[in-house]
Amino acid sequence: MAEPGEASALEEAEARAVRTRWALLVPAMLVLTIGAAGPLLVMLVYSFLEAGDYGGVEWVFSTDGWVQVFYAYDIFDEEWVAADAHLSIFWRSVKLSVVTTLLALFFGFPTAYFIATRSEKSRNAWLFLITIPFWTNLLIRTFAMMEVIRNEGVVNSVLIGIGLIDEPIQILYTDTAIALGMVYVYLPLMVLPIYASMEKFDFRLVEAAYDLYATRLRVLWRVILPLVKPGIVAGSILVFIPSLGAYVTPRVLGGGKNMMLGNLIELQFGQGRNWPLGAALSITLLVLVMVALLFYVRAAQRGSSGHG
Amino acid sequence: MDGSVRDIAVEAENVSKIFGSGSDEVRALDDVSVGIQDNEFFTLLGPSGCGKTTLLRLIAGFDHPTKGSIRLAGQDISYLPPYRRSVNTVFQNYALFPHMTVAQNIGFGLEMQGRSRAEVRETVGNMLALVRMEALANRRTSQISGGQQQRVALARALAPRPKVLLLDEPLSALDYKLRKDMQIELKRLQHETGITFVFVTHDQEEALTMSDRIAVMSSGKILQVGSPRDIYDRPSERFVADFIGDTNFLEAEVAGKEGATARIRLASGVEVEADLPSGMADARQVTVVIRPEHAALAPAGQGELQGRIANIVYFGTDTHYHVDLDTGGQFTLRLQNPRGGRELHGEGEPVGIAFEPGALQVLRD
Ligand SMILES: Nc1ncnc2c1ncn2[C@@H]1O[C@H](COP(=O)(O)OP(=O)(O)OP(=O)(O)O)[C@@H](O)[C@H]1O
Ligand SMILES: [Mg+2]
Repeated sequence: MAEPGEASALEEAEARAVRTRWALLVPAMLVLTIGAAGPLLVMLVYSFLEAGDYGGVEWVFSTDGWVQVFYAYDIFDEEWVAADAHLSIFWRSVKLSVVTTLLALFFGFPTAYFIATRSEKSRNAWLFLITIPFWTNLLIRTFAMMEVIRNEGVVNSVLIGIGLIDEPIQILYTDTAIALGMVYVYLPLMVLPIYASMEKFDFRLVEAAYDLYATRLRVLWRVILPLVKPGIVAGSILVFIPSLGAYVTPRVLGGGKNMMLGNLIELQFGQGRNWPLGAALSITLLVLVMVALLFYVRAAQRGSSGHG
Repeated sequence: MDGSVRDIAVEAENVSKIFGSGSDEVRALDDVSVGIQDNEFFTLLGPSGCGKTTLLRLIAGFDHPTKGSIRLAGQDISYLPPYRRSVNTVFQNYALFPHMTVAQNIGFGLEMQGRSRAEVRETVGNMLALVRMEALANRRTSQISGGQQQRVALARALAPRPKVLLLDEPLSALDYKLRKDMQIELKRLQHETGITFVFVTHDQEEALTMSDRIAVMSSGKILQVGSPRDIYDRPSERFVADFIGDTNFLEAEVAGKEGATARIRLASGVEVEADLPSGMADARQVTVVIRPEHAALAPAGQGELQGRIANIVYFGTDTHYHVDLDTGGQFTLRLQNPRGGRELHGEGEPVGIAFEPGALQVLRD
């Protein structure tokens, strides 16, 4: 039989535990509020202001920033025309991000499979190797990539050296270079979540499927892929989002002319001196990511319910 | 062809399987030869690590023999991949596909064989009925009990109608009651389908009650193959006699041989008849075995052995008498209890032990 005093003491201890738990959340909440929600709000406000002559904003309400996302003012004809340059940059960004995600999946999946099927001891060593690129600054890694693919670089020298080609292949400053660079940089973000799924995967199911007359390809398609799909979905999201907003890689490997959204936004806050447009573009990017995610997750769910 | 009634379904010929190399080398199977007949309930029985799973995996095709060959219905399949053998496996952990329903699991093999939709649906229906799981056809495999998962695993493996079904300790994860039910169920399924079952267990009682024939294994070798009665009554090696049931071992000397029986002289000087195992080398000193229930107590001075009762243990159906022999060693007897019977003997009492005729078996080693 519990004393009444005891019961209330217990309740109090429980309440204290709950308070502590909430208190532990406070620092993270603060960081999120100041670091994420705050800047977003600033961006939203700035996108509806007038551009200052030397950068910055005038505190006057204006929708020019948003209009300029889609239309450009033709000073000769004195009329608004569709901003083709912006639209083509949007299109390139989406296209390159999709290609990057697919390539990362193509290379990342076998890598994750390889690691997951090693002995428990050597797995950690392989994972360690995967994370090594993270030790080096992104800019340095990108310049290293440049060194590999430029006309006088490793790839072209070797190809010319063994007589496969006479003239160097122009890779640097093309969309191919950007995609290559992004695949290289974001590959670990694909490998790690797929590996995490695969580590939980029961490889005895593979034997069970073989036993039931499934060939290798069918085992992959009908048993392995459906069960590691959460990892594939997570990896694809983790690669697609930063790809869409990539800044350093397209800047260095794409040269000046092959811009992506990140570069376009940077331009508005820099030389363009059009902060409201930059802010409007940033929010457009955010919306684009969210819409893409929505579609992707929907499609992924449909895929799995189609199986079940 | 060789005069046996049934054809051979699976045959292993001089099969060895070695894992690792150098100092890590493990000889999981050591020159194993065995023929498993069509429509037979065949059991591999042996202690943990003796190579049962390894032999099964070689038949299934998950591993390949280091030496020797495996034949299925006469065809050499030693190096055929699993998906090209008409052999299915019921795994110890069931290995059901968690992303599929019960019905999809059962239909998987048929689908992979390229059967038509209608045929898959019909066979799955039949299989669900066979294992009495119709009501749960559309459940996820994570939403059914262990015993039900067991049935699904069975149905999934039986659905493609393999020539041979392999079962690796399929009942070990079930509780006692369910295990007993499934033993009967398995026998029924084997009978109804006519498929050859190769069943692995380390439970001797399970092996004795279910099998047509048993192969007793130890350290990568098959020591003896025979019917449950053969294995129990005529163990040919010490390991087999010891592993299955309780046994009395007696040292003896061969006095003379006549066909499949020998006259042996026990330590007490008494001469008795004992059955010889096949392939017995000539030896003077041998060990003979006799089961505790194949001897009876006799008045002191009568019977083949003399001793003094050390203790008496009452078990309900029978009573165990442990007798210290005059010539050294102990002998255990197991006598059926009649209703209303009284203890006829007391501890410390001198008694004789009388063997049933033909109860003695000479061991090969
Ligand atoms: N892949 C492997 N690599 C190395 N050794 C192995 C491998 N598989 C099995 N062995 C060894 O081979 C021997 C036989 O193993 P096996 O699994 O066939 O035994 P088992 O009779 O099935 O035992 P249990 O009743 O415990 O399942 C064991 O000593 C085991 O350690
Ligand atoms: Mg085993």
